[in-house]
Amino acid sequence: MGTHAKGLLKRFCGRKDLNWPPGMTANDLQGLANAPPLITVSNLCKSFGGQPALDNVSLTVAAGERVALIGSSGSGKTTLLRCVAHLEKPTSGEVIVAGRHVGDRIVDGRKIVMLDRQLAEIRTGIGMVFQRFNLFPHLTALENIMLGPLKVLRMKRDEIEPFALELLKKVGLAHKAGAYPEHLSGGQQQRVAIARSLAMRPKLMLFDEATSALDPELVAEVLEVMRQLAAEGMTMLIVTHEMAFAEDVADRIVVMDHGTIVDQGRPADLIANPRHPRTLALLRPKRAANLRSAS
Amino acid sequence: MSEWTRSASMMPELLSALLSGALTTIEITFFSFILATVIGAALAIVQSFPATLPRAVIRVYVEVMRGTPVLTQLFVLYFGLAQIGIKLDPIPVAILGFGINGGALLTEVFRAGLQSVHVGQSEAAFMLGMSRLKALRYVLLPQAMRVVIPPLANYGVGLLKETALASAVAAPELSFYARNLVTKTYLSGPIYVMAATIYIAMSFPLSRLAQHLELRASRGRRAP
Ligand SMILES: Nc1ncnc2c1ncn2[C@@H]1O[C@H](COP(=O)(O)OP(=O)(O)O)[C@@H](O)[C@H]1O
Ligand SMILES: [Mg+2]
Repeated sequence: MGTHAKGLLKRFCGRKDLNWPPGMTANDLQGLANAPPLITVSNLCKSFGGQPALDNVSLTVAAGERVALIGSSGSGKTTLLRCVAHLEKPTSGEVIVAGRHVGDRIVDGRKIVMLDRQLAEIRTGIGMVFQRFNLFPHLTALENIMLGPLKVLRMKRDEIEPFALELLKKVGLAHKAGAYPEHLSGGQQQRVAIARSLAMRPKLMLFDEATSALDPELVAEVLEVMRQLAAEGMTMLIVTHEMAFAEDVADRIVVMDHGTIVDQGRPADLIANPRHPRTLALLRPKRAANLRSAS
Repeated sequence: MSEWTRSASMMPELLSALLSGALTTIEITFFSFILATVIGAALAIVQSFPATLPRAVIRVYVEVMRGTPVLTQLFVLYFGLAQIGIKLDPIPVAILGFGINGGALLTEVFRAGLQSVHVGQSEAAFMLGMSRLKALRYVLLPQAMRVVIPPLANYGVGLLKETALASAVAAPELSFYARNLVTKTYLSGPIYVMAATIYIAMSFPLSRLAQHLELRASRGRRAP
């Protein structure tokens, strides 16, 4: 990291509303074991037109932890992620991110509405990477990355541009600063989208099947960037179908089925000791099939 | 002496009168276009918020404006307001009338423009910590303009011709002058041909501009 970026980092860290953990060490992680979790989801229910998509889901994610969410299509992974970001309004239950309640809540029977401004403030600390990238097509890669810092953090262009260029370099796209999204491959777009989130210095990154919309040969380059982020200590909640990646990178794998969490644990434990048939089917599809046909 | 030769001798007077009317036509067109655009964009933005009461009010406004002739609307503004003691001059009445009428039309245009932007765009903006207004300003509106600009430009061209109706409330624009000159001189043929020529001279550059903008918008960047 260049000296300029380090200066920026200090500036950001100085902001009392954005005290995420930069470059955490194992010792820090020990200390965080006692600290309140970064995400607390309690008894979350969400239904769409009476159809439950999430059924009483509770989950905590500690700062610095990497959690992979797996489960078959329609099991509620996206909905859970979107509820954490409040892009989806829960039907009931509670979401707390970095100590702040997300969304409206009822205290003593009175409804306390969360203002647009407060929600925006919480989301400033949450990065989200979408399956369909959602880059802004009217802006270049560099402008995509700078938009948040310029308009939300109100930084000056010459303050943020070196940092934005550094992020582009970090995702291997320094040479694409001036390119519009339509001139980038899917893998390149997704890497710009990750850099765009990182430019806000989030405490937490949410990934919703970041590689599912990509051609197979472009998957690795995006996973590599995510792997690097994990190595730097970023707190990540990752929805993925890339089982090898999940086993490799995640501290914990959470298995969802029909809107509930059916199993979770450290990858090695989960593979050695799956408690739910879904876990086995997802993590070791071939073995599960063999077992079925043998029985 | 035929009316054409007689009019040739009166050419300077006729022309200067008609041209001063044309200036008023441009003035009315310009300011009502601005007013209509501001109203249209603002109401479309309000409509994009979840609050239901303002949305219902806007729907009523749009339906009323679309369901009544502009001429009637001008009369209501001119004579109706005068009856309750608000006396407006013809030019402000015309600007207000066309502005409010066009605002309803453009509300629909801007609404369609905003709806054409994929919902993932606002979600990405929200996740950068943008408020609704910031997302609109920096992410949604710039992309909506691709859809909005062609009908907006065509509206401008139509408006220029439509302002002829303002002569009904005695706004001294091109048609008003033409009719007055005809009453005075009985040179209806030459005067209306001259008026038509001036309208074409004004609307042709505008419609070329509209075509140009339309072409540029259709070539504009699409969401990948
Ligand atoms: N916006 C929506 N409207 C209606 N139903 C939805 C919506 N989003 C998700 N669902 C439903 O909720 C369930 C969970 O979906 P989702 O969270 O997308 O699952 P996953 O990401 O695990 O594939 C599915 O049955 C899906 O059809
Ligand atoms: Mg999904």
